[in-house]
Amino acid sequence: MSRAEILGNIRQGLGRKEATAEQRSEALARIAAHKATIIPKRSQLDRKGQIELFREMASGAAAELIDLNELAELPSAVSTWLKNHDFKSLVSASDTCLNELDWSPLGDIQREQRIAQSGDVASLTTSMAGIAETGTLMLYSRPESPTTLNFLPDCHLVLLKESDIVGSYEDAWNLVRQNNPKQMPRTVNMITGPSRSADIGQKLQMGAHGPCILVIFILKDE
Amino acid sequence: MQIKSPNFKENARIALHNVELQEALGQFKYGFPVNRANAIKRLPEFDDLRDEARDLKNHIIENLDIYLEQFESKVIENGGHVHWCRTGDDANKAILDICKQVNAKTVTKGKSMVSEEINLNDYLEKNGVQPVETDLGEYILQLRDDHPSHIIAPAIHLNVNDVSETFHKHHKRPKTEDPQALMKEAREVLRKQFVSADVGITGANFLVAETGSSIIVTNEGNGDLTQTLPKTHIVITSIEKVVPTLEDMSLFLRLLARSATGQEFTVYNTLSTGPKREDDQDGPENFHVVLVDNGRSEMVGSEFQDMLRCIRCSSCMNHCPVYGAVGGHSYGWVYPGPMGSVLTPKMIGIDKAAHLPNASTSCGKCEEVCPVRIPLPKLMRHWREKEFEKHLTPKAVRFGIASWAFFAKRPAIYRWLSRGSAWFISTLAGKKGRLKKLPLAGGWTDWRDMPAPQGKTFMDQWKAKQKAGE
Repeated sequence: MSRAEILGNIRQGLGRKEATAEQRSEALARIAAHKATIIPKRSQLDRKGQIELFREMASGAAAELIDLNELAELPSAVSTWLKNHDFKSLVSASDTCLNELDWSPLGDIQREQRIAQSGDVASLTTSMAGIAETGTLMLYSRPESPTTLNFLPDCHLVLLKESDIVGSYEDAWNLVRQNNPKQMPRTVNMITGPSRSADIGQKLQMGAHGPCILVIFILKDE
Repeated sequence: MQIKSPNFKENARIALHNVELQEALGQFKYGFPVNRANAIKRLPEFDDLRDEARDLKNHIIENLDIYLEQFESKVIENGGHVHWCRTGDDANKAILDICKQVNAKTVTKGKSMVSEEINLNDYLEKNGVQPVETDLGEYILQLRDDHPSHIIAPAIHLNVNDVSETFHKHHKRPKTEDPQALMKEAREVLRKQFVSADVGITGANFLVAETGSSIIVTNEGNGDLTQTLPKTHIVITSIEKVVPTLEDMSLFLRLLARSATGQEFTVYNTLSTGPKREDDQDGPENFHVVLVDNGRSEMVGSEFQDMLRCIRCSSCMNHCPVYGAVGGHSYGWVYPGPMGSVLTPKMIGIDKAAHLPNASTSCGKCEEVCPVRIPLPKLMRHWREKEFEKHLTPKAVRFGIASWAFFAKRPAIYRWLSRGSAWFISTLAGKKGRLKKLPLAGGWTDWRDMPAPQGKTFMDQWKAKQKAGE
């Protein structure tokens, strides 16, 4: 009932009874073309420029950046970071690139591959893309990378390959479409820095409900 | 929320004398507006994006039925459900039905102004479902039995001490006035709620017709936990939020963060599409979108259609001198500031909200900063006309307007009177050229001196210049 009334009101306001086949196909063609609108020039740079811009913007959004020259360095870099913060456990995504690594440098630190639970101190995931325009990570849900890993733990550690850094959001949406041709994933997360709020006395504080710390391990693979 | 808009004048008087509120508002003007200005300096294309956003929104409204149907079919294709709700009551019932279907006892909620609009919390509570607000500001307000005074910074009217008292009372923990410690306390308390809730309700900043997705934009991450942990995710939103594609959505996201908080990008922009996939380890099993109309469909084709472009960034109220002086609660309903002064009369009736479109200096700042270029002063004037047509304007005002109209239609008398009044006032003011008191102008002279007119009237100067051949 409501559906017909709402659509009826809209159509009455637009001065038509039904959209014509032409109007409908025009709108659907617009969707199918999904043309980009104005893309700010700031991200239209060469590869080196885009990587630099990503680093600058992500740091500006209070993300911590750690450089890796080889993927094999990740376990010891993660281990050092966790030990420096006195954390004893890590909950991790199960992407192949992570599973193939030798995690023995973690030593006593317990590493589990599961969804996150309340009380988890740190998580490790990969990132589909880094968006230079605003230093934004783009992650999406899949069996190997449950969404809770991105939000429940106090600290979120993310592996980002330099070759996955793109200029704009539009570039990243095209990657999501390529990786998921049949259907969008349940969740796509764009993450720019750690969680924050200024709801208490207009004073900006880090760590509201999501991770208090966001660490990006940037792998030089280009 | 109880409607207090008819008491705007009294609300405003109290607000102007509320020392703590004035302190908060004083601080507020150095926050969002300054951050916005700085963000825009860093994005040379900002005004071009605004033009494109205005045109795109107009295109969407002209095809709103098509895009809504397309969005619906995509949600269903993804395994979700769409509930079309003509009124707030319809939406409340639809949400309660979903809660009953899954035997929900508790519901976590992300920030949603549409849920405020329909009094969802009261309705759920009365029907045995406990809603828990999870946005930090909204959570503080829920504990205080208070309401938002701003659409993106709901507790802007409270200071640290207020929050400290509230948490001490409800959390039964040692009192602290350290904002970081207070936030940590709320984080710990709400963790339990996030994990144990049966249903998560979020709003949506946009709906994407291309994919059947909803997107929420938050800095805290509360909305993400709300829509990921419970078995059922309900999106409550309104019909004008639909956009055609992910690329179109990106245009609005670029404008939203900068216009709202002055950030380059909000921390979390999260797209939800249907329930979790078969092999996913987490995520909700059920996905519902409750599409609320509540008068919006009637705005299509009306003189208020431009208002449907609004993306709820709050920039208009952040820059409004009236909002900045009296705060959001004075407006007496859900949506304060200039955008509220246009929307509220539509939703609760001009008879109850007539003060709001009049609570404007018509300075035009709201239109100047609007990311989708809504002509807010013009829309407020439309409401003033409707108020006048319906004879809701007070007698004294009608008499004043009628008297002015009488003289305005008789230019010779008008000019003679202007000349006479100017001479009279400047004689009264004497050498100082200022008046401390003036009959019928107490609203001005109680706060500041009235400068007396100087020299000849505009028309006299004009005539003199014409004669001199200038």
